[in-house]
Amino acid sequence: MRNAKDFYAGLLFCAAGGAFAWGAFDYDIGRSARMGPGYFPLLLGLMLAALGTLMMWRAQGQKPQEGQRLPALAWRPLLAISAANVLFGLTLVGVPRWHLPPLGLMPGIVLLTLVASLAGSPVRWRESLALALLLAVLSYVVFVWLLRLQLPVWPSWGR
Amino acid sequence: MELFDHLALGFGVAFTPAHLMYALVGCLLGTLIGVLPGIGPLATISMLLPATYALPPVAALIMLAGIYYGAQYGGSTTAILVNLPGEASSVVTVLDGHQMARQGRAGAALAAAGIGSFLAGCVGTLVLATFAQPLAEVAFLFGPAEYCALMVLGLVGAVVLASGDLLKAFGMVLLGLLLGLVGTDVNSGIARYTFDVPELTDGIGFIVVAMGVFGYGEIISNLSHDSPRRDVLKSKVHGLWPTRQDWRRMLPAIARGTGLGSVLGILPGGGAVMASFASYTLEKKIHRHSDEPSLGQGNIRGVAAPEAANNAASQTSFIPLLTLGIPPNAVMALMVGAMTLHNIQPGPQVMSSNPELFWGLVASMWIGNAMLLVLNLPLIGIWIKLLTLPYRWLFPAIVLFCAIGVYSTNNNTWDIWMVGLFGVVGYLFIRLGMEPAPLLLGFILGPMMEENLRRALLLSRGDWSVFATRPLSAALLLAALALLALVLLPAIRKTRELAFVED
Repeated sequence: MRNAKDFYAGLLFCAAGGAFAWGAFDYDIGRSARMGPGYFPLLLGLMLAALGTLMMWRAQGQKPQEGQRLPALAWRPLLAISAANVLFGLTLVGVPRWHLPPLGLMPGIVLLTLVASLAGSPVRWRESLALALLLAVLSYVVFVWLLRLQLPVWPSWGR
Repeated sequence: MELFDHLALGFGVAFTPAHLMYALVGCLLGTLIGVLPGIGPLATISMLLPATYALPPVAALIMLAGIYYGAQYGGSTTAILVNLPGEASSVVTVLDGHQMARQGRAGAALAAAGIGSFLAGCVGTLVLATFAQPLAEVAFLFGPAEYCALMVLGLVGAVVLASGDLLKAFGMVLLGLLLGLVGTDVNSGIARYTFDVPELTDGIGFIVVAMGVFGYGEIISNLSHDSPRRDVLKSKVHGLWPTRQDWRRMLPAIARGTGLGSVLGILPGGGAVMASFASYTLEKKIHRHSDEPSLGQGNIRGVAAPEAANNAASQTSFIPLLTLGIPPNAVMALMVGAMTLHNIQPGPQVMSSNPELFWGLVASMWIGNAMLLVLNLPLIGIWIKLLTLPYRWLFPAIVLFCAIGVYSTNNNTWDIWMVGLFGVVGYLFIRLGMEPAPLLLGFILGPMMEENLRRALLLSRGDWSVFATRPLSAALLLAALALLALVLLPAIRKTRELAFVED
């Protein structure tokens, strides 16, 4: 690949534009005087796909450049942050289908902080636990006491 | 004088103890989060937005204005002390600001930034108050074709001012416009691109996009670098007040920056960035005294002028937003989203139907500016302490606060997971060198643009030439073309590439 960053950016645009344009045919396209719900997305999608193609074509013709090589995917932070996010949501409200009761904000905060900490290396467990407790106390004061957000705070068993 | 009546009305609204409190809290929070390294103003504002949900509209807007200014000021503090520009408009502040900090004059640099911003903010507020009324009347001359043309101009401006590749920035705008269309089409009532997910029928929340791309995406990207390139100033900041000689040099520079910024800020397409670059270039051209360090070597003018220009422009960029309802840049796009959450549709009718709100906001902007000056010069020690916090403590907190904040918007876990998804997408963008700010602007403008395009073409019976035959629309489109032609000229392209070379 000559210019990997530009090529994949073009590919992304091409795919996204194509998908939107394809999807637009599910809706009424209409004509310019009476635009249907599919008209504008089709127009934009085609423009984006054309632009993506242009970028891919241009990237092929370029000489390899410094700083245009694709950096390795940062799996560790990517997975840790995503997992922390998903788990927080699950803990907060529970999953009725799996008979997991809502555990609430406090356990959610501890879980989120610990899992998110896996993103950095080395992992310092004691420090992360201290941070988790600090954030839990802080969140309780700010979100539950001061802002009075409607959140499940503690685990609610048997519901 | 009508102007003074309006300002008096505004200050009457803003100067209640409760509203002053909200302005203060907003400024404090904005600076607190904005100063943290690796968190730009966009992430700061989207993170703090949920804190305003429970407030009545006027109070919420006042607090938002405080957050906005706090976030910007916090950003320039980080820029000067850590050599880390959090956003495009503080790129030039870094050049001389960090040099000054290295020479032990961080205090003077911070004061110059603060004073410059404040003085520019005062002038900007006056400009805003003076021009808002006549411009709002111009807004009533605008038909759908003109609105469409204006949005094209704004988006072209965002593309031109984005760092990096023009084609990529164009793609991001288009992608943003498309993502903005997800959800129920107002005209036909059909749910588009929702995949039968009920949570998507209202569309993707702008806060979800902003938090995901600018919060989570940045975090993942920051963590993927092995060694954080942080160069925090270890020495104590002292000598905060500028010397007499500093004053003599910076005051004219501030005046020049303010003038330039006020004019450029009104233009759609993100005036603040253009203003700070232009004013730095101007300072370079101005005659230098023999005992003055050259620009780039720690000259106080190089801090004061762009900061003043930046702030004056951010003030006057409220003019297109409040009079035409069109956000000129990504930060303003966030403000539009915030206002709609409080059931305020920015546009010319706000001024006539809701004068307390409009003029109260104008007055509170000035108060926000003043408060920053009062707050930040004494509190600078605390902000510097914050800068030394290790990132491994910061990022879990950001992940958490985004999650809680977005959940509180709709009490819906779907939103939390959408932030995660957009975080992954945002990381991909950063990895592929695609700047996400134009995407956010497109995202907010998407539905507006579709609606105006539909109406314009309906009125013209499907004839696209309406955009060229209506004089105002033609002029706006020509301006967009000229802007585009301007950056494609070889000479300007070279300086543009040079200006963004650090990114």
